[in-house]
Amino acid sequence: MSDRSGKVQMKALSMRDVRFKYARSEEWALDGVTLDIEKGEFVSILGSNSSGKSTLCMLTNGLAPHALQGTLEGSVEVFGRQTLGLSVAELATKVGIVFQEPDSQLFCMSVEEEVAFGPENLAVPREEIRARVDWALALVGMRGYNDRSPFSLSGGQKQRVAIAAALSMRPEMLVLDEPAYALDPLGRMELYSVLRDLRQDYGMTIVLAERDSEEAVAFSDRILLMKHGRIVDSGMPRDFAQEPDRLRAVGVVPTQLSEISEMLNSRIKNGNFAFLRVEEAAKGIIENCFSKKGGGRA
Amino acid sequence: MIPRNRALPSEEKIISVRNLKFVYEGGVEALRGINLDIRSGEFLAIVGGNGSGKTTLAKNFNGLLRPTGGTVRVADKPASELTVAQLSRIIGYAFQNPDHQLFCASVEEEVRFGPVNLGYPEDEVKAKVEHAIEAMDIHSVRALPPHSLRLSERRRVSIASVIAMDPRVIILDEPTTGLDAGETKALMAKVSQLNREGRTVVLITHDMRLVAEHASRVVVMSDGRIVLDSDPRGAFADLDLLRNCSLVPPPVMLLAHSLAKYGVPRDIISPQELVMRIVLGKGDVR
Repeated sequence: MSDRSGKVQMKALSMRDVRFKYARSEEWALDGVTLDIEKGEFVSILGSNSSGKSTLCMLTNGLAPHALQGTLEGSVEVFGRQTLGLSVAELATKVGIVFQEPDSQLFCMSVEEEVAFGPENLAVPREEIRARVDWALALVGMRGYNDRSPFSLSGGQKQRVAIAAALSMRPEMLVLDEPAYALDPLGRMELYSVLRDLRQDYGMTIVLAERDSEEAVAFSDRILLMKHGRIVDSGMPRDFAQEPDRLRAVGVVPTQLSEISEMLNSRIKNGNFAFLRVEEAAKGIIENCFSKKGGGRA
Repeated sequence: MIPRNRALPSEEKIISVRNLKFVYEGGVEALRGINLDIRSGEFLAIVGGNGSGKTTLAKNFNGLLRPTGGTVRVADKPASELTVAQLSRIIGYAFQNPDHQLFCASVEEEVRFGPVNLGYPEDEVKAKVEHAIEAMDIHSVRALPPHSLRLSERRRVSIASVIAMDPRVIILDEPTTGLDAGETKALMAKVSQLNREGRTVVLITHDMRLVAEHASRVVVMSDGRIVLDSDPRGAFADLDLLRNCSLVPPPVMLLAHSLAKYGVPRDIISPQELVMRIVLGKGDVR
């Protein structure tokens, strides 16, 4: 997204010619990534397995190379600071990260302890921690679950607790690596509506890595496509609804509505559909295909 | 076998379940009275939200769990009279997480393990192993340790090790979780081939796209009960039912429903079908 005011603004995330190779690996997991993500933007990164999405996510909060060893080239800046110059603790207050499996992130006896864990480790005062826990749980729709064991929760609830635990560090950006991986469809929906609210109501910067295009196209401002460790294409959700082949080129299934748009366009004279939402598709089809005269024929 | 789009199910009931109940230790009632007949050759999808009882039901088919009430009959015998080994010759179960199943030093040993354990003579073991390796297309990794493989390959190895026991029924528990679009397509093509060869496939999933594309019948579960048992169209026709079962209707289904007053049928299951109905003017009533 270009800067509306024209002024040079600090980016939420800025990468320049980034390459990363894991220790003991021959191949570059990231092979020349340059990107800018603005504050308050919701950007989805789509690609098939081993396209480099996860590695990119782990570079944003310094997990690579701080914890995962390897060779890093190029520059990674979050909110104007090089990640290499920041400690893991400092990075944790800028970037919250959420992984695929909620079970791999939750380890405390209660939801409250889980969400308080991060700020406790930063020696945040007790009253402040309490306020942050309440705030974070309210944001993800889990108020009142403080004393529950994380392991008694549904998949969608666990993942929302994992998000709350990231939020309690008061990060400016949330990075999620396939957060809906282990969730059933309802859990997915709960999760994405929390992300939408965080973006809309709190201006949170959100970077989402996904394999599935449905939610990315429905919720994000901008989409980046990855393949073989590179960003090979980018655009607005509408662009990919218009040209689903661009998603297919990186091994991502287009949304059903874009498949419908594409098939209608090839069959209907002057068809130029690029549906993003069901209501919009219904309206467009009713207006163009069920007219009184032509009645659905091309 | 005659290649067909789908095997035609026979009348034989390979699995028959009556008033099946299952209560886990600790009192969680996972199944609250299930009645279900699975015919030989069917491609049955069991769908439902997390915790609806799908996996518990499947594990009662092959003796991994034993009912706390009601009966399960397999190939016309009470499952209670069959050992897990006897049941595993008839019903194979591929776990959701392949790592729960893989433990040998090489892929080939892994695939051999089942038939060797069932006591088949060596020449039969060899034939079954080759068939399974062929069916899941894992030639190129047969000498490698399973844990060195990618998830999509480990999944195929775990399914191959089930096929090698030559079961008549194959239960696949969320086989596409974690796979990308290309891997999902490749795996489901192989699963469909197994069904065309006459094997009964039971697919546990919450992906309604997979159901639309592959299943001949769908059972919807909620809170330990079967709330719908129909062809896939029946499930796609009932928005409220899916929503009440933690399943989210796919966009094509929502769109078909919002075009219903223009004559578009509510039981449309694929984008192609919807577009055909619109373009051919069959939905035109005004």
